Amino acid sequence: MNQKQKKVLVRIFAAALCMAVLALLPVTGLLRFGLFMIPYLIIGYDILKKAVKGILNRQVFDENFLMAVATVGAILLGEYTEGVAVMLFYQIGELFQSYAVGKSRKNISELMDIRPDYANVERDGEVRQTDPDEVEIGSILLVQPGEKIPIDGVVQEGASALNTSALTGESLPREVKEGDEVISGCINMTGVLRIRTTKEFGESTVSKILDLVENASSRKSRSENFISRFARIYTPAVCYGALALAVLPPLVRMLFLGLPPQWGMWVYRALTFLVISCPCALVISIPLGFFAGIGGAGREGVLVKGSNYLEALAAARYVVFDKTGTMTQGVFEVNGIHHNRIGEEELLEYAALAECYSAHPISRSLKNAYGKEIDKSRVQGVEEIGGNGVTAKVDGKAVAVGNGRLMKRLGIAYEECHQAGTVVHVAVEGCYMGHLLISDRLKPHAKEAVSALEGAGIEHLVMLTGDSRAAAEHTARELGIKTVYSELLPADKVAKTEELLAEKPEREKLVFVGDGVNDAPVLSRADIGIAMGALGSDAAIEAADVVLMDDDPLKIAKAIRISRKCIRIVYENIYFAIGVKLLCLLLGALGIANMWLAIFADVGVMVLAVLNAIRALFVKNL
Amino acid sequence: MKKTYKIEVDCANCANKMEEAAKKTEGVRDAVVNFMTLKMKVEFEEGSDPKQVMQAVLKNCKRVEDDCEIFL
Repeated sequence: MNQKQKKVLVRIFAAALCMAVLALLPVTGLLRFGLFMIPYLIIGYDILKKAVKGILNRQVFDENFLMAVATVGAILLGEYTEGVAVMLFYQIGELFQSYAVGKSRKNISELMDIRPDYANVERDGEVRQTDPDEVEIGSILLVQPGEKIPIDGVVQEGASALNTSALTGESLPREVKEGDEVISGCINMTGVLRIRTTKEFGESTVSKILDLVENASSRKSRSENFISRFARIYTPAVCYGALALAVLPPLVRMLFLGLPPQWGMWVYRALTFLVISCPCALVISIPLGFFAGIGGAGREGVLVKGSNYLEALAAARYVVFDKTGTMTQGVFEVNGIHHNRIGEEELLEYAALAECYSAHPISRSLKNAYGKEIDKSRVQGVEEIGGNGVTAKVDGKAVAVGNGRLMKRLGIAYEECHQAGTVVHVAVEGCYMGHLLISDRLKPHAKEAVSALEGAGIEHLVMLTGDSRAAAEHTARELGIKTVYSELLPADKVAKTEELLAEKPEREKLVFVGDGVNDAPVLSRADIGIAMGALGSDAAIEAADVVLMDDDPLKIAKAIRISRKCIRIVYENIYFAIGVKLLCLLLGALGIANMWLAIFADVGVMVLAVLNAIRALFVKNL
Repeated sequence: MKKTYKIEVDCANCANKMEEAAKKTEGVRDAVVNFMTLKMKVEFEEGSDPKQVMQAVLKNCKRVEDDCEIFL
């Protein structure tokens, strides 16, 4: 609690104590009025002051004015206790609101506490602590264990494990060594790193993310705009209603019905109206709900660029995704060894050795699968046959490694592979020894991700890919996706997405998920563009509306569930707050609800709505 | 030109009012007040002096909500 809040708290206690004592004292008349003025002024002097200033500035319908009128009115009617109580509860409500908002503000900014305070720049053998903003590209930074990496760069010297959880929500540390790129905002855990910066601080990942998060709640959602419009109409409407309630019924009674006007009763009812007229609960709880939702999502490594996207995401019914890099890892691996007549290890060894001089991605994946140091002296007479493969002598044996065309060319009978992917046949001394299947691998959670999306009520799952039909359909089958469009150029992906956009009903939103590599146009064309594994990819952060910091596809469904929870809470608050207020207005007009109930309608609803809104922050187990 | 200023205000409705007031100030093309982050983002008209405009914005904000502050 800050100084201001503490002061209000003291005033609340003082006024409450005062009131309790007065309630027991059997005083009447002017003395009673005078005594009740003490707690009233203790708790309400600032409201009264503001109300007067408001009138002078021609700002009539603000809540200070309303509270002042309602309480002064009650006191004039002789309802001292209620006058003071309304002020007291109003202040309690305000205090609670400012405390809750301050608290969640702090919570969320702590969550996003990735801003580095300094950079240790090494120059001429000296290390100086510098403001990250002043570090030039190509500077050498020294990062000790426990420190944040301040600026994106490349490891020049040293090896360490990095904690990326502040950025990605991923708790597994990332190993880095010399030559690896590192991203600002990660925490260095084990070893000292010397990093050569490749960007300025303003262009570094950490700045981009902070900028994004800080601006997120400025993009207002439809619900927020609705509330500010509603608040603008609601307060004056209720005030005029109150005026009408105070004046019309007594006049009607007096002039037409010939009954006594009962001014006091109707004015009291009108004052009750004024107490309910403040739209605080709505005005605070809706932005707070979105803020908490965006904050909670951020903690899970899901960055949402604005409340409007969170709202759209909750209405998602179509999810279109790219295959390579989104559902698959986009790296080629040996995924199967078939029809082998020698041991798998041995077959792989022949293939890796024969291909050892090649820099082709296929040969790289062979070497990775082999996993041992390659002794190049065992390989002689390597001959690359473009578009076919290689032949070489390994340990003196003639080895041929390549595709079907190579086997045909050498006149060796081979077995076709029935699975999608690139097939590498191996023959030793003219005898067919089997083949290796190299294909892109599904991401570890790809399958669960698809079923999680289906579980979240996404009815239309579509996969777009530039890959061959066989590979695309194979992946789709494995994932359980029915609709797949293959062999698409980037422009075709945009066209397909537009087709889907035209087909679907307006209310159902279409999400496109890509890895940000060459699908930026589609990301921006879709209702919501989600970029995956965006850590370090500026283009993706730029183009997407929602950014998944790591590349786990399960986060897609998670992001949707987070947005749904947040929107559900926002709507609960809207219906609850408006509903209770309207009900209390009605009961107040009929004289069933007194001022005490009106205070509950105002403060109680606000407290409950704020507490409910904060719930949007808790999304870990969604 | 866009600039971001830190603000101090107690209630969300007051923040909305500040936004309205800032928008109506001469020399301001658009203004967004973010109550949750306590920031005001102002987009200035071409050729206007942000310093002068912000003085006017502050004055207008003070008029609608006495208890507010913009850290210029």
